[in-house]
Amino acid sequence: MRHSHGRWAFWLLLAPFLLWMLLLIVIPHIDLLILSLREKIVPRVYQTGLGNYAEFFGEPVYVWTLVRTVVMSLLATVLTFIVGFPVAYYIAKIARGRTRTSLFLLCLVPFWVSEIVRVFGWMMLLRETGLISSFLQWAGIVSGPVELLYNDAAVMLGLVYTSMLFMIVPLVSTIDSLDDSLIEAGYDLGGNGFTVMRAIVIPYAMPGVMAGSIIVFMLSLGNYLTPTLMGGKSGQWFTANIYSQFITRFNWELGSAFGFVLLATSSIIVWLVLRLSGQSLSGTLGRG
Amino acid sequence: MLASIPQSKLLRFAYNAYVVLFFVYLAAPLVVVAIFAFNDSLFPSLPWRGFTLDWFFNPTEPKLGLFYDSRIMAGFANSLIVAVFTTLLSLLVGTTTAFLFERHDFRFKELCYILMLLPLVIPGVILGISILVFSSTIANGVQTATGIELSSLRPGLFLVVLGQFSFIATIATLVIAARLRKFDRSIEEAALDLGASPAAVLCTITLPYLRPALIGSGIVAFLISFENFNTTLMLNGSDAPLTITMFARMREGSTPVLNAVSLFLMIGSGLLGLFGVVVQRDRGTA
Repeated sequence: MRHSHGRWAFWLLLAPFLLWMLLLIVIPHIDLLILSLREKIVPRVYQTGLGNYAEFFGEPVYVWTLVRTVVMSLLATVLTFIVGFPVAYYIAKIARGRTRTSLFLLCLVPFWVSEIVRVFGWMMLLRETGLISSFLQWAGIVSGPVELLYNDAAVMLGLVYTSMLFMIVPLVSTIDSLDDSLIEAGYDLGGNGFTVMRAIVIPYAMPGVMAGSIIVFMLSLGNYLTPTLMGGKSGQWFTANIYSQFITRFNWELGSAFGFVLLATSSIIVWLVLRLSGQSLSGTLGRG
Repeated sequence: MLASIPQSKLLRFAYNAYVVLFFVYLAAPLVVVAIFAFNDSLFPSLPWRGFTLDWFFNPTEPKLGLFYDSRIMAGFANSLIVAVFTTLLSLLVGTTTAFLFERHDFRFKELCYILMLLPLVIPGVILGISILVFSSTIANGVQTATGIELSSLRPGLFLVVLGQFSFIATIATLVIAARLRKFDRSIEEAALDLGASPAAVLCTITLPYLRPALIGSGIVAFLISFENFNTTLMLNGSDAPLTITMFARMREGSTPVLNAVSLFLMIGSGLLGLFGVVVQRDRGTA
């Protein structure tokens, strides 16, 4: 009796999951792949082939944009780690009680607000008529207005800012579970602060480092807002290419090929990173 | 470095200073946005021309306040509709999927679990275009076959909800499954042995136990949906949600009404977030 009930319940639970996966993830991506393999010969006449991919690889601007986007996303990931790690360590191991809880909450607060608001804040600070430029003029450091927005450094600043939470949270939770006595032992055995970090804390926190890095990398690579609003005209982000093929030029075939190229690139990089660090996707993301 | 291990004063001072600087970095853009919502100037920048509440309450151009700006209020309403539906759908499917993975063993379970995690590692723009392409394929197919135009499968709020749901449901599943994993199943068995029906057990024992996780992931889902940009950008039609409206305004160059909207959002999401933290704190005791 209870067993047959269990079968029935199983199918009832499986159905929404399958609908979600098939209708919104699996089939749409297959459809996207099919569309990317469709070449337009003359209007309304198509044939199957790799023409759209050939167009991508044949046009140095497209390839260059992708390479630039990947390199800048990797750099943003490393910078987010470098900036965030000391803070995560401080929250996990140095701060105590109330301070600790409130510091952790303070880290979360900016991310309850939309990314567009955060970018807007940076634009107000960095642009020619912005606060930093005005301050520099007031302080007499520069003589005229300075434009700090619309360059790669501004994009980097925005990406690091926008991804910070996703690095800090996994780092705090892994460093927190490291027993203090291991750190003390490191010092007792003659290690200095640097060697203890390198030989004990960072290896121990590796699952957190990887989880944070993968999320930050993916978020940076797929970001559209920050590079579009804070970046210069010459420094296009790859997602902007996808957007313009789909929305502005209405060339969905080429846009789909771009989408797949981005998806393949990000999958390969995430897979490589997981491989090299000996972690698994369900291990890093599914820890709940 | 630990609190218990003596360090040079200089190093300790430098470390504390770094942490303080970090929080200044986190707060700076938000504080600036908030302050300039009260600047009595037509541009969201210096100089400061005095305090005003016009950017909230003034009914006429050129200093049209947020509550009288019909495009912004429409965007707000659209975002609200999308967020409510996305949240409900994500909670529903998140709960059933959490039960599926925590309570059942089946063939290809590992594979299904990885599949379930995938939406988190697919860039939002790609989720958007794949759903856009697939829904257009269906709509075009139906139109050629029957002549009926399925307008809900064209870019619009319905597709925005589906697009956001496709990855927010994963987050809901993970949060709910984590709580379900800690549940002591002998309590359910005791109730069943005492003659309760499975439905009664679910409603009086298991779901109340899951309540903190449901509220917590509901708030997270609502906030993520409300502030989502990438997926929404590819799927929205003529009635744009708030983030899209704000993006368009920001490119045109805007009055400080954008600051007022931002401050309004900060307060709203801050309150919701705090509520979420309070609920999460009960987790251990509930």
